[in-house]
Amino acid sequence: MACFLVPATEAVVATIATKFVAKKEKEMTVAPIGDEQAPAEKIPFSRKLKWLTNLLWGGAALLAFEHVWHGEVTPWFPFLTAAGDPADAAEMLHEMATAGVMMAVLVTAVWLVMLGVAHVIEKRPAAPRLETK
Amino acid sequence: MTLLITVFAAVICTAIWYKSAPAREMKVGVLCWLFWGASIMWLVDAIFEYAELQAAYFTPAAEDMLNDAFLGLSVVALGLIIWLVILLVKDPKGVVRAALKGKKA
Repeated sequence: MACFLVPATEAVVATIATKFVAKKEKEMTVAPIGDEQAPAEKIPFSRKLKWLTNLLWGGAALLAFEHVWHGEVTPWFPFLTAAGDPADAAEMLHEMATAGVMMAVLVTAVWLVMLGVAHVIEKRPAAPRLETK
Repeated sequence: MTLLITVFAAVICTAIWYKSAPAREMKVGVLCWLFWGASIMWLVDAIFEYAELQAAYFTPAAEDMLNDAFLGLSVVALGLIIWLVILLVKDPKGVVRAALKGKKA
């Protein structure tokens, strides 16, 4: 009914956090003087957070379309058809608390797995590039 | 059906993104995020529906299946439109910019 609103809300929070972290990282980046050694290649955390926001926004956008398709979201007030009736509204809130929260949790879990894989790849020595004709 | 179509779209886009450098330049990654994000969320929907319907979940009515397939294809079309808009706005090859200025890219 409106389950996509939960991941969409998480997407808003994650986007704000990404901007904040990116700003902090920019402030903390100080060019080393006289250090000829190249720093180790490490993915900034703001970029990793961007993966989460991309997943959340992408999924929420397509799910919002699905809700429009099923007539659950309308372009006029109150925008959610279920919000007009108290019984439907209670069902909608229940769905948001169950399916919506589970969606946000699963996307975040997938992102955590991605962080783990990225960490392993970061530590692994770079593979030789394949020559292609 | 919608989940299945979206998962196939996500897998195909990810394979193209991995294989082709020009595709990465063309921002195919956007499609990967869109389709994977939606696939994960619809997977949750499918789990909840399965918990409610049990085995009947796997034997949907023909009309429902057709509607879901139509929705799945529409979702893929919407994803492609979003990707195209992002591609044209970011314009990584400078084609739109060159066209607007009347030059060859």
